[in-house]
Amino acid sequence: MDRLTKDDVHPKILQRLLEDSDITIEDALENEMILNMGPQHPATHGVLRLLLRLDGETVIGCVPDVGYLHRGYEKMAENMSYYEYIPHTDRLDYISPTANNVAWVLAVEKLAGIEVPIRAQYIRMMIAELARIASHLVAIGSFAMDVGALTVFLWTLREREKIMDIWDILCGARFTNSYTRIGGVANDTPPESLKLVKKFIDEIDDNLSECESLLNTNRIFIERLDGIGVISKEDALSYGFTGPNLRASGVEFDLRRATPYLQYDKIDFKIPTYKEGDCLARYFVRADEVRESAKIIKQVLQLMPQGEIKANLPKQVLPGKTEVYSKMEELIHDFMIVNFGINPPAGEIYSAVENSKGELGFYLVSKGEGHPWKCKIRSPSFIHIQALPHLVKGHMVSDVVAIIGSIDPIMGEADK
Amino acid sequence: MGLEEKLNGDGFIVTQIESIIQWARKNSVYPMPMGISCCAIEMMASADPKYDIARFGSEVMRFTPRQCDLMIVAGTVTYKMSHVVKKIYDQMPDPKWVIAMGACTSTGGMYRSYSVVQGIDQFLPVDVYVAGCPPRPDNLLNALIQIQDKIGRTRAKDFKNLKLPELNVIQNN
Amino acid sequence: MELKELIQQKLIENFPEVEFDYSEYRNELNIKFDKKFIKQVCTFLKDENDLQFLLCEDITAVDWAIRKNRFTVVYHIFSLKHNFRLALKADVDEADCNIDSVSSVWKTSDWQERECYDMYGIKFNNHPDLRRIYMPEEFEYFPLRKDFPLLGIPGSLPLPKK
Repeated sequence: MDRLTKDDVHPKILQRLLEDSDITIEDALENEMILNMGPQHPATHGVLRLLLRLDGETVIGCVPDVGYLHRGYEKMAENMSYYEYIPHTDRLDYISPTANNVAWVLAVEKLAGIEVPIRAQYIRMMIAELARIASHLVAIGSFAMDVGALTVFLWTLREREKIMDIWDILCGARFTNSYTRIGGVANDTPPESLKLVKKFIDEIDDNLSECESLLNTNRIFIERLDGIGVISKEDALSYGFTGPNLRASGVEFDLRRATPYLQYDKIDFKIPTYKEGDCLARYFVRADEVRESAKIIKQVLQLMPQGEIKANLPKQVLPGKTEVYSKMEELIHDFMIVNFGINPPAGEIYSAVENSKGELGFYLVSKGEGHPWKCKIRSPSFIHIQALPHLVKGHMVSDVVAIIGSIDPIMGEADK
Repeated sequence: MGLEEKLNGDGFIVTQIESIIQWARKNSVYPMPMGISCCAIEMMASADPKYDIARFGSEVMRFTPRQCDLMIVAGTVTYKMSHVVKKIYDQMPDPKWVIAMGACTSTGGMYRSYSVVQGIDQFLPVDVYVAGCPPRPDNLLNALIQIQDKIGRTRAKDFKNLKLPELNVIQNN
Repeated sequence: MELKELIQQKLIENFPEVEFDYSEYRNELNIKFDKKFIKQVCTFLKDENDLQFLLCEDITAVDWAIRKNRFTVVYHIFSLKHNFRLALKADVDEADCNIDSVSSVWKTSDWQERECYDMYGIKFNNHPDLRRIYMPEEFEYFPLRKDFPLLGIPGSLPLPKK
């Protein structure tokens, strides 16, 4: 494109410009500027700061600045016991809190070598898949809102309220429910909660189709997203992508199939994969995954056996309240576990789970004490934000918003 | 219909200017959502069809501070973020009110660590504190109603002959 | 298992001068070696056709709070071909607190190493852009070291005036 030179500008304008001694004429005529997409902006993805270098409206460089929500999770884990940390894991990926709970207790049980009864495993699978549906609904809704379709956001939030009602009855809290415990889950499922789950998954297909009917054949939506933010297969693997972002680039990789945990090897489900690697493919992967999760929950409800919901290990699993208040040994065990912790043997493990954003991993080092010596949280959103400069290069400013929405970062997880 | 009957056909209302202004101001509070973390999701949920915030007149959640009167700080404020929050608070025009939503903004919440500010009242004047982690949307609506009551009690003499820093002090009472 | 023996055999074949220390815990293989060879071993593990460790999941460090070899840098890598996860470890001393960067092998290690630097103070040689990522630039301490208190040091982070 043609650049303006000194001779193109009227001499009077030149004079006014040069009165301000900070800028030179070359700076003023060059079309590049630095735009700060600050930590507070309307896209509901949290406090992410982007510094964009623009040439007119095209982005030629981008530097993300994270850390505005760094709360010191890893340092706090070194000072509290494994049980006390469960509510903290809720607030990592705060859109799907029960999935993080499941990830943490799986890591601690791997470290301590605790076996969980089968019914508890099925209940954990059910709440993890419900969390995945909730997270994808918010992702689709806020993504569509960023691109311009405001109605879809309200409709997906209406669906999400139904999931929150389920959690309310099942776990006791609408949101940030610390439902899992080391060795099982907190309480058994009341029958009306299972009825609500069944009603919800029967209706989710039609409700999602209603939302999709506004988007899938919408010319503005498709033109805004097709071919934007393309990432190839090799780049996606090199940048450490996992989860829906990787599956939209053509790599069929899902931790539930690759390294099965809980009872996922007994459930039949597909892994949606698309080849194009652009924003539209990432949207389609998420919409398909909601349907696959509904299928998984249906099978879980059929296969769930009756039985215990907590393992029978008095020295490491907290006993129920009725026993604590009436029997002596349980009272002593409760006291020891709460005050001194579960004391797993010395060693280190890494345990990863397929979360709705990607792979959430916990690396735990234990020295035989009640609190971990080190806890590292491998959060998928942190890894995905790293690839933003590669993705937005060459696109316009309005595409940056669409790309951030399709990557779907959550800053609570990225900043830990 | 209803209003004309009450006016007895004369077409005059006798009231104080203060009352009209209080009534208008409190029923159209424009919140500015400073949504930082998990409480922001419950704030979004208070705007969805189930816990409608639009019936209180506050559906217009503008993200620009220049057009708002109420700042809802929702989420953990860290030291790095506190400068940004203060900057945006300064950009809001007077009169303005602040809701500290959740445990993290009230006292630092469950995060007793090196990078979290233990309560935003260390650098912002706060009007209503909402307890909960996160507070239910009903709780936030209750806080909004209390702010509306507080706005309904501001008088004209609060704003007379005052320089800017003193205005902040009056709004704290 | 066959795969674990295959890895050990290939490593011994291609790096005869390096001393590898194998250990297994809860069915996971950990390999510990000297920090000078980290870049060659990682490049070999990624490019070798039979192994293909294409995904670098995690880079972090552990602070043991002892005088000699205070830190251990841990790399978790994953092979999609075999669905197998491997942990590589290298000891770093506090006096000589640097290690080679693997950001030319996997692009994701860029920010992970920055986070490691921010939290522990371990410098990575040949890193394209080594600066703090979570704490503000002016912060002088390294938070995850064991001698840094949980509540922080008063006055280390500025707060705006009321």
